[in-house]
Amino acid sequence: MSFLEFVPDWLLAHAPAFLMALPLIMAAITAILPNKRVAWASTFIVTAILTVTAFTIALYNAEVGTTIYKMGGWAPPHGISLVIDALNAPVVVLIALMSLITVIYALPATVAEIKPNKRAPFYAAFLLCTAGLLGMTVTGDAFNVFVFLEVSSISTYVLVAMGAARDRRALSAAYNYLILGSIGATFFVIGVGFLYMETGTLNMADMARILADLDGGSRVAKIAFGFIVIGLGLKLAMFPLHTWLPGAYAYSPTPVAAFLASTATKAALYLLLRFTFFVFDPSYSYVADVLMFVLVGLGVVGMIFASLQAIFQTDVRRMLAYSSVAQVGYMLLGIGIATTASVAAGYLHLLNHAIIKGGLFLAIGAMWYRFGITRTEDFRGLGKTMPLTMGAFTVSGLSLIGVPFTAGFVSKVNLTFAAADSGWWWAVAVIMVTSILALIYIGRLLLVAYFQSPPVVNGEVVVRNEAPIAMLLPMWTLALASVFVGIWSDTMVGMAIRAAELLLGAG
Amino acid sequence: MSNPEEKLGVDEFGRDPHVLLRVIAKFLIPLIALFAFYVQFHGDYGPGGGFQAGVILAASVILYALIFGLAEAKKAFPPRLIRYGMTLGVILYGGTGVVNLILGGEFLNYSNLASDSIAGQHYGILAVELGVLVTVTTVMIAIFYAFGSRQPETSDEDW
Amino acid sequence: MSDLFLQYNYIIVIILMMTGLYIVFASRNLIKKLAGLSVFQTSVFLLYITIGKVSGGQPPILIEDKGYGADKDGHALLEGTIQTAAGGASYILPGPGSDVLYSNPLPHVLILTAIVVGVATLSIGLALTVRIREVYRTIEEDEIEAADFVYNLEGTAD
Repeated sequence: MSFLEFVPDWLLAHAPAFLMALPLIMAAITAILPNKRVAWASTFIVTAILTVTAFTIALYNAEVGTTIYKMGGWAPPHGISLVIDALNAPVVVLIALMSLITVIYALPATVAEIKPNKRAPFYAAFLLCTAGLLGMTVTGDAFNVFVFLEVSSISTYVLVAMGAARDRRALSAAYNYLILGSIGATFFVIGVGFLYMETGTLNMADMARILADLDGGSRVAKIAFGFIVIGLGLKLAMFPLHTWLPGAYAYSPTPVAAFLASTATKAALYLLLRFTFFVFDPSYSYVADVLMFVLVGLGVVGMIFASLQAIFQTDVRRMLAYSSVAQVGYMLLGIGIATTASVAAGYLHLLNHAIIKGGLFLAIGAMWYRFGITRTEDFRGLGKTMPLTMGAFTVSGLSLIGVPFTAGFVSKVNLTFAAADSGWWWAVAVIMVTSILALIYIGRLLLVAYFQSPPVVNGEVVVRNEAPIAMLLPMWTLALASVFVGIWSDTMVGMAIRAAELLLGAG
Repeated sequence: MSNPEEKLGVDEFGRDPHVLLRVIAKFLIPLIALFAFYVQFHGDYGPGGGFQAGVILAASVILYALIFGLAEAKKAFPPRLIRYGMTLGVILYGGTGVVNLILGGEFLNYSNLASDSIAGQHYGILAVELGVLVTVTTVMIAIFYAFGSRQPETSDEDW
Repeated sequence: MSDLFLQYNYIIVIILMMTGLYIVFASRNLIKKLAGLSVFQTSVFLLYITIGKVSGGQPPILIEDKGYGADKDGHALLEGTIQTAAGGASYILPGPGSDVLYSNPLPHVLILTAIVVGVATLSIGLALTVRIREVYRTIEEDEIEAADFVYNLEGTAD
């Protein structure tokens, strides 16, 4: 590729450490910047550099293959290694790209939602969250995963609590998220401790080799797997452990909700894939049992119950939050069936859902910015008063339902074929039913917006008042991206198949 | 308790009710700070290091604030300096890593900091532990200032 | 059964873990929930320390002035694996048959990191509690939920 020839050598060699370290150091500097505009500018520059670096290493990975970076010069397994392979390169690109899009959106959004003297610390916490998510994704050491998981989670608690200026329920939502998130991370670290007890090493590739030699390990490895699945399940909002999610997504500031919805649960899902298929192996009997009964079972239950709960919400943000829980159920179903096609379908849905949900949250945030509305019945006539914003919402919403030529259709079709190939016809039926439920809750909003007349305020009909350009650009980028993926789907599907082959082909 | 920012003074008979505390604190607080630096540099050879030393150093400042009042402590350790200290510590740590990148190794590969790789490792560890000390101390003091400066809601009669 | 009592460390870990989790779930006061979370995290530290204990282990410092053929008491060290560190310097580590047993510094480093993470989480939890106290005038969870219930019924405040 000719693009790679323009990239300097040092960037290509040290890219993983760059991704981890640059937002961390710049977060500390951004926190003390006096001027709010300068803080936004520094955040924008950092996320732009991160996006370029992420694209570069993804292209390099597509050409060359897995790269391992020795942190501090110490070779693994004694040192910490940073790994870029086909599984985490797309996720890295996703996180960097979503952070850039959200920062552009945040320029007008923070003016409305965050007090002036808190804006520089807001951007610092945002950069810390990005650093934590990127670090979690590129590292190859199990305890390092815990450290960066907690860095991203703690900055997320702070970011969610900053929504208190707009809605005071953000405080108790952030507290609830803190308690549950810390319990989840502690369960994860207990699992890592048991794995260290069993294998004597913390490097994930080394653990995989030792566990394969031990043919699944003793009871200690089984306990470790259980703790890790529950800990990560809490972070990715698996069905009964999802109770923190509606509050955190609904009451946080809008750029934060969009960023979290597209990256935080996806990074935790990537970790679940990494631990279930790379460190442990589906050929071990206890892993197969957990995949079948826990992941598939809770995934399916989550899909149905969360979609039903989404229908009965009056607040649009809570409706989209419950919809996220349901979509996570799709991904867990794909992982649980454990064939190459189904894991590829689950991974594809991970990437597509991030694009779709990000676009939806950005659109409704713009509607709050202009009109201060969050309830479904207040959406009357938005098709006329905010046509461009409502257009972006419509495209992303149709993609969520799974209309042909959109990204949601591609991932649902792949998942349905994978389930049918394995003979799981009841899973196909569940996918159909939940798509109809999604049609109900999204379609209701579209009906209200397009087929009802705008409200009358103070005796006058509300006139057209479009969102600012800094908000329109990101949401239309994501809406058009989901259409693009729907029509020219080969790149994304190819990435997903390569990721699944890395996991299941390696054994 | 009345306003935490009020200076501790004498009671209605002209005596200082906290004289014992103040005399002993004046003696102990420098010793606590010295112990913190001992723990910091002893981390190379035994239990110790940046985080522990930072917490002990912050404890000495907090003890000073508890006995002599928050206003006095803020005069001695101004909040603006504390905020800059947090960033300085992170830059020390990250900067060491970046310097190692520039000198030719990987990120945080201390071997190139001196001509002899063992001495380089030594210098690198000293630098990052210093960064950790500065950050931890300033963060703990900043947390104490943030909690201590909130205005109390209940007045003396309601207690 | 006596084996179970010989491993009393693990029993203490389990008791602390369950106690901490029960306090988190069963308390209705925000500060008590944070205290329960701390107890739960402390049990994890104890678990790591327990698995990291090496009986009779020396501090893991390689003595520089003695040659690598003998340890500080003059015992001859059998040649173990040659480990190459960054920069090319090589050290001979004591092998499995040598007279000196070093304790493993890795679990202690892991616990230190986990303690720092626990401190950071606790301080954010306490800051949130202070803010909740200022906004809701209470830190009992049921009173906060009751206040929010009324808030929810009235719809969002514009």
